[in-house]
Amino acid sequence: MLLSVKDLAVSFGGVHALALSQFSLRDKELRVIIGPNGAGKSTFLDILCGKTKADKGQVFFNDTLITGKTEVQIARLGIGRKFQKPSVFPGLSVYDNLLLAARMKKDIFSSLFFKATRELNDRLHQVAEKVGLVPQLQKLAGSLSHGQQQWLEIAIVVLQDPKLMLVDEPAAGLSTEETEKTGALLLELSNDHSIIVIEHDMQFVQQIAKERVTVLVSGRLLMEDTFSVVRNDQRVIDCYLGRTNPQLEII
Amino acid sequence: MKKKDLIYYIIFLLVFAVILPLGHVAGLVSTNTISLWGRYFCFAIAALGIDLIWGYTGILSMCQAFFFCLGSYGIAMHMLLKTTAANGATVPDFMVWNKIETLPLAWIPFQSSGLTLVLCLVVPALFAFLIGYVLFRSRIKGVYMAIITQALALAMWLLFLRNETKLGGTNGLTDFKTLLGFRLADTGTKMALYGLSLAVLCGAYFLCNRMVHSKFGKVLLAIRDSESRISYAAYNVNDYKLAVFVVAALLAAVAGMLYVPQTGIITPGRMDVKASVEMVMWVALGGRGNLKGAVIGALLVNYLYSICTSLFPDSWLYILGFFFVITVLFFDKGLVGVVDMAWQKWTAYKLRRAAIS
Repeated sequence: MLLSVKDLAVSFGGVHALALSQFSLRDKELRVIIGPNGAGKSTFLDILCGKTKADKGQVFFNDTLITGKTEVQIARLGIGRKFQKPSVFPGLSVYDNLLLAARMKKDIFSSLFFKATRELNDRLHQVAEKVGLVPQLQKLAGSLSHGQQQWLEIAIVVLQDPKLMLVDEPAAGLSTEETEKTGALLLELSNDHSIIVIEHDMQFVQQIAKERVTVLVSGRLLMEDTFSVVRNDQRVIDCYLGRTNPQLEII
Repeated sequence: MKKKDLIYYIIFLLVFAVILPLGHVAGLVSTNTISLWGRYFCFAIAALGIDLIWGYTGILSMCQAFFFCLGSYGIAMHMLLKTTAANGATVPDFMVWNKIETLPLAWIPFQSSGLTLVLCLVVPALFAFLIGYVLFRSRIKGVYMAIITQALALAMWLLFLRNETKLGGTNGLTDFKTLLGFRLADTGTKMALYGLSLAVLCGAYFLCNRMVHSKFGKVLLAIRDSESRISYAAYNVNDYKLAVFVVAALLAAVAGMLYVPQTGIITPGRMDVKASVEMVMWVALGGRGNLKGAVIGALLVNYLYSICTSLFPDSWLYILGFFFVITVLFFDKGLVGVVDMAWQKWTAYKLRRAAIS
């Protein structure tokens, strides 16, 4: 198991945000987590990447205990995070955005005397091509469209060579066409990385959920199964999707 | 982009390295004016530091005037001790009036010029390191950083005001005669200090320019734009912030060291809250996030200050305030931003003209 979680709990001001007894992820697995608002999905990712400290419980990543480690330590171990709101560096060019993300020595002196090598440039180009941003390389990231910023952020995470990518609502605010492109990109990436995706858009979930889907409700695990089983489960429909959810009707 | 920078550099060097000194030799520019610009160069050096920490990294530090004064007081203590020794006294005059008969321990190292030079750099760097270490580790950001550093500047100002601190209290330190054996009153010394300030400014600009164009500079911008994203990219943000904070403090200290011999006096008034705010305003007016803007802002605002205070002494603060409000409201990239915009409009106009004909 690449990732295994035991008895993880965190509460904010007395409210249990997350109480996850068990969760595990295989290597190179693409897992989708769904659940209504306040189900603890983003909180779970926050704990995995070290942004939020858990009250109790353990998270093992590659048999290393990561609960209690800092963001930088966890990032170095190989967990990369893509945020819900695109967070890129708007004042830097797309190329520089990618350059900063690439895996290399990141202390002050290496940065002061850094010279780009040919291998690195090739690698940056290769990733830019994967997310379709080669024509925009010299543009300021702040001038990109919302969708392009989402892809840039995915590229930033990919360049860190993470074993595990945490992707928070990658399809939020995208057009249908862009959503499909993002889904294809994630599927392609899942050949090389393990990925956890949080998503609301059911059509998008159907596109990418080739394996298991985890359903969280009020911070607890409701069920874990393939998308077709989850979609037809009465409890899921009742407490999350609702009978009148128009998206479900379409599917 | 490169061409435009070159124009800035040529104009700057032409005015300050050729025209002003030649004018002085020809008797058109007074020694006083030369000294005045020498002092402005010091402010510009400090402004470079503020631009690094605020313009590039997005950390508003309101205690740069304190670091400036640490450098100033160090060199002032050294020069005052030389005057005292020349007069055959054991302690400076102000200590005699305060009934201090033996030289305080903290003053003793400043008898040596070499140690003074070292201490003027090490003490501010150490202060900046300690302050920065505590503040950045506690994840203090944004407006809280500004408030805390401002409170710190205020506390230090109050400390330096007191006679018990043995640094001259409200009156500060003055009555300097020589620096490294050169008489400060000599025109030659004044010209040399002008030249030295100009050279240090150019050197500091060159180094800062190298820094912001390296990957280090890109990390600084990334910290300004999205601190969480850059730390998830496995950069240790606190190290970078601390490094740039110390560099900014060092620039301010070097500026302070060059400033005192050209001014002849240093008082705690140089490090009050207003002084730090003014230093930030130079950078804002010139154009933050742009090293040229910091230098131009510091030079221009101080030049305006000396013109305005002689023409209409009471209205300087209103004039400065007016410019500041205008800049914040309409020109957030400062003067350099305005020039850039005009340049772009001009080249676009030329292109259109060329396309028509």
